[in-house]
Amino acid sequence: MFIITCPFCGERDQSEFSAGGEAHIVRPKQPTELSDDEWADFLFMRKNIKGVQFERWNHAHGCRKWFNVIRDTSNDKIHAVYKMGEKPPTK
Amino acid sequence: MCNLKSLNIQYLSSNYEKNMKNNYSIFSLLKNSLSYHENWHQAWRDPEPKKEYDAIIIGGGGHGLATAFYLAKKHNMKNIAVVEKGWIGGGNTGRNTTIIRSNYLWDASAGLYDHALKLWENLSQEINYNVMFSQRGVMNLAHNLQDVRDLKRRTHANRLNGIDAVWLTTEEVKKFCPIINTSPDIRYPVLGGTLQRRAGTARHDAVAWGYARAADAMGVDIIQNCEVKGIKRYGDTVEGIDTTKGFIKTKKIGVVAAGHSSVIANMAGIRLPLESKPLQALVSEPVKPIIDTVVMSNAVHAYVSQSDKGELVIGAGTDAYVSYTQRGSHDVVEGTLKAILELYPIFSRMKMLRQWGGIVDICPDASPIISKTNIKGLYFNCGWGTGGFKATPGSGDLFAHTIANDEPHKLNASFNINRFVSGDLVDEHGAAAVAH
Repeated sequence: MFIITCPFCGERDQSEFSAGGEAHIVRPKQPTELSDDEWADFLFMRKNIKGVQFERWNHAHGCRKWFNVIRDTSNDKIHAVYKMGEKPPTK
Repeated sequence: MCNLKSLNIQYLSSNYEKNMKNNYSIFSLLKNSLSYHENWHQAWRDPEPKKEYDAIIIGGGGHGLATAFYLAKKHNMKNIAVVEKGWIGGGNTGRNTTIIRSNYLWDASAGLYDHALKLWENLSQEINYNVMFSQRGVMNLAHNLQDVRDLKRRTHANRLNGIDAVWLTTEEVKKFCPIINTSPDIRYPVLGGTLQRRAGTARHDAVAWGYARAADAMGVDIIQNCEVKGIKRYGDTVEGIDTTKGFIKTKKIGVVAAGHSSVIANMAGIRLPLESKPLQALVSEPVKPIIDTVVMSNAVHAYVSQSDKGELVIGAGTDAYVSYTQRGSHDVVEGTLKAILELYPIFSRMKMLRQWGGIVDICPDASPIISKTNIKGLYFNCGWGTGGFKATPGSGDLFAHTIANDEPHKLNASFNINRFVSGDLVDEHGAAAVAH
């Protein structure tokens, strides 16, 4: 249970948001040329990091926009929030 | 050949009995009562790790301890260790809602979970420890037409696989558990349900302690407060583990680390299809016996039973995001309790005593992984998600088989890691993903 700062609406309770999982998983450019291993990697394999993780969230009960969050999964502390398409802040 | 094998088993089991020097029985209870129960023998040793083991199990929960027990008992591997970051059974083994059932939809799951249920039926005798296994039945409720179709289909599938299952009408549900509100005008009306009478509950702490004691009696070293810091590999073969108590050499590593499986996989340089999420449960203040079975409802995500102490044991859902914090969101508990209160108006003034979370590792197909990996000598038993407790004995038995023979048993062959590449998934979402 934590507060997420939506880049469009500001601080809201986490229950207003849907978690979209790991961020920056790039959709294959030429899916027909992918091997089974590469498909498995894209579809199923996840970093599932204990620590600082990059993830996608959707403000489902608000503006309904997607954005990225950098969150420490070991204590649920949020380090940064940035919009879709933006490069993650480096610090 | 056959005779030799059975002789061997007899020899092993008699050896095992001899090693259980301090058998628990009515006589040991009487004897110890004379000295005010102050002289009970320590249940298991607290050894320092040796330099080398034939196999090391990472994770001292129910599944890990059961694996060590069956490796020693059935596969005659005595030089093994279980390393545990915290204390025995302090993770999900001691945090679940203790439900045991085997009414899964697909053949592969039915084989796996019913194998476990059959082992549960004799477990207290097998490990000489009362795990308080109680076959009080598990009832699953249907609240809409789709639930009715799904649950009826599952009942038929179960019976084809030799698993006991019956369909109950709304009246039969009410008769079986009279405190359920079966009024047709509630938000989630009860349209019927399924019942597995062989299903039930067991005391989860006793399962960890019982397996630990029985494994220890056969020479297994249980090393607590020993965190694994790295997996040492030479090419594609494992060499040992780095721990907070130093390096331990071994040729075989069985990882049974539940929510932390991905952390260990990362140390070995492999990827798993897992996400770790908090799953919550809560218990009420103790009251007189009011519910003598387990009632689960997938659609509204509420399940409830009553412990022998009298507390209502209530299982809530998982949070939708990855977290290792062993706590969960309040809104998840709130949603569950709303559904519980509508189904059981009699609980409206109950006070909740404790709430907690455990980190569950969830597979995309809601089925576990009990498998070899591409690295020689590295085995994973993970992905049990929200329902691993029920499988504890079967999981340990099959994982021990896989480690000892470097080949899966036919019952866990479908639960290999490669199914995410081949696409041959065991999709239990319909039957099992929500409520466990």
